[in-house]
Amino acid sequence: MVERTPILDIVSQVLLLLGLLASLLPMSVIVIAATHDIYTVNQVPMPLIPGHDFWKNVTEAWTRADLGPKILNSIVFAFGVAAGKVFIAALSAFSIVYFRYWGKMIVFWAIFITLMLPLEVRIVPTYAVAANALSPYQTLLDLTGITWLVQQATGVQIALKWGLLNSYTGLILPLIATATGTFLYRQFFLTLPDELTEAARMDGAGAIRFFFDVLLPLSRTNMAALGTIMFVWAWNQYLWPLLVTTDAAHGTAVSQLKELIPQHFGIPDWNVAMAGTLIVMLPPLIVVMLMQRWFVRGIVATEK
Amino acid sequence: MAQVEIRKVHKSYGKVPTVHGIDLTIGDGEFVVLLGPSGCGKSTLLRMVAGLEEITAGEIAIDGTVVNKLEPRERGCAMVFQNYALYPHMSVADNIGYALKVAGTPRAERRTRIAAVAQSLGIAELLDRKPGTLSGGQRQRVAIGRAMIRSPKVFLFDEPLSNLDAKLRAQMRIEIRRLHQKLGATSVFVTHDQVEAMTLADRLVVLNQGRIEQIGAPAEVYRRPASRFVAGFIGAPAMNFVEGRAVAEGLVELTTGRRLAIPAEAGLAMGEPVTIGVRPEEIEIGDGLMPGALDFEIELVEELGAGRVLHGRAGEIELTVLHNAGEDASLRPGRRLALRIPLPAIHLFDAATGRRLGASPSRLAAE
Repeated sequence: MVERTPILDIVSQVLLLLGLLASLLPMSVIVIAATHDIYTVNQVPMPLIPGHDFWKNVTEAWTRADLGPKILNSIVFAFGVAAGKVFIAALSAFSIVYFRYWGKMIVFWAIFITLMLPLEVRIVPTYAVAANALSPYQTLLDLTGITWLVQQATGVQIALKWGLLNSYTGLILPLIATATGTFLYRQFFLTLPDELTEAARMDGAGAIRFFFDVLLPLSRTNMAALGTIMFVWAWNQYLWPLLVTTDAAHGTAVSQLKELIPQHFGIPDWNVAMAGTLIVMLPPLIVVMLMQRWFVRGIVATEK
Repeated sequence: MAQVEIRKVHKSYGKVPTVHGIDLTIGDGEFVVLLGPSGCGKSTLLRMVAGLEEITAGEIAIDGTVVNKLEPRERGCAMVFQNYALYPHMSVADNIGYALKVAGTPRAERRTRIAAVAQSLGIAELLDRKPGTLSGGQRQRVAIGRAMIRSPKVFLFDEPLSNLDAKLRAQMRIEIRRLHQKLGATSVFVTHDQVEAMTLADRLVVLNQGRIEQIGAPAEVYRRPASRFVAGFIGAPAMNFVEGRAVAEGLVELTTGRRLAIPAEAGLAMGEPVTIGVRPEEIEIGDGLMPGALDFEIELVEELGAGRVLHGRAGEIELTVLHNAGEDASLRPGRRLALRIPLPAIHLFDAATGRRLGASPSRLAAE
């Protein structure tokens, strides 16, 4: 809207500023707390003038929580989930928009409904699958009596087992389906003119060729937006990595922050905890900053 | 290059039939234009030839091979779309060469062929640009280049000029015609614009409601329209129609009671209702008294520059007349003119079916 409304302008500016302050306040408390020594950080109220122990706290947090390998784990995990989501969602939207087959709408709505089911709701069955990725098939075989038949006939008991716990695959694979992403791509694909598909058909390109040569390159901004959102989302996952990785070697940075939080009767070194938090916040922040230009374009998504 | 045979082709969408048994043979190297109002099935027919629509019933053969079950890429057709349908993320060169890339043509050969096509269309300097930075005319040239590069047996054009402005459209029309003269490829061109159709076609196919109304050379379709629909559709300003019935050999009585002489050889049965059609450009304007002249009063004047269209009425009959001479300031609403309708200018149509009646002579016969 282009209007000359000076009073409204001022009001909206003030509102924006208030919003900015409200979101910066907790951030600044973290930053300031990370610079104090253990004595100052526990004063009530905590002094808001930064102290001098920032570097000391950071190195302490880094070594105590073993953040080096954990951040590496987190990067692999978040990147894997984001990339997987970006690709799987593109494929499923491609199928939903460009092919005619029986039950297409059922599939679409089934995917759509999972939008309303957060990970936490389905975490137990998801864990069961991660513990043995082949268990659904095993169940099928058991229920249909095939297991029993085979055992009677050959004496061999069918036991399918593919455990994914404590592995990158187990961390990543169960999370790469995404209804949001599928929906995002679907809406974008629907805006593309049919003639583009027909032109590709006339040029002799089959479905797969069309997908890789035309659809994916045109979805670049979508992919960037979805990738960024999903990277941050995956980075921030706490419960899932905690469940799947019982072995400390595969832990992620966010789950590891727990190690820095002072225990009930421990030393209340919140300065170190805050320094660790700062370190763990950094990678998604960098990703968002780098992707920001693409990200906004993908969300607005009216580019021709 | 090839012959395209369309035999008894039907198309229905669900239960709704849109194309009703079309029979058409397009000769090798011929430029055929499918003309008709929107919804007449012309684009559907073209898309069935291309393989983008399934054929409900009937057969389409290209070069003697029935192509009903073939994929578009196997039919040897290339298509130019109305909205260009260029790949927005590819450069002009990649757009033109995409079909070759898909076909696995080596890069070096691709490059020389792209260059040759671009050269012949005058877009050689645009090869590195993206379609988004091109004007409408340039985009359409790229789209034509994309069709040309495969040296297809048949060129299919789906209203390729309707997104261009009038001046560019006239220019591209000439270029497409020139290109056809050079390449001599069989071409099917769909349009709803009669000027485009008349100027481009070797043979014109007029479609209405999924049926062929008339097939013929443009001049023949103009001079001897086979039905009232064709007569009204072709020619601008549109033909005048008056209802009447035959009362004597060579004489009809109009619904207004007025009698009008018609060509005697029309062979109408007494009392048969007929529709009489006269083109605005064939009505003669005289000032003095002419035998059997119509007393015409101008109600509205459309200035065309080179001439003007006069709308008005003669008694109860509404008429449109084209005044083709130079400037005449006296032609204003309220002015009365004496009009004469020459016998050869009269077209007769069956009032019920709309088909052309008898061997009613036309200018073509008179010449």
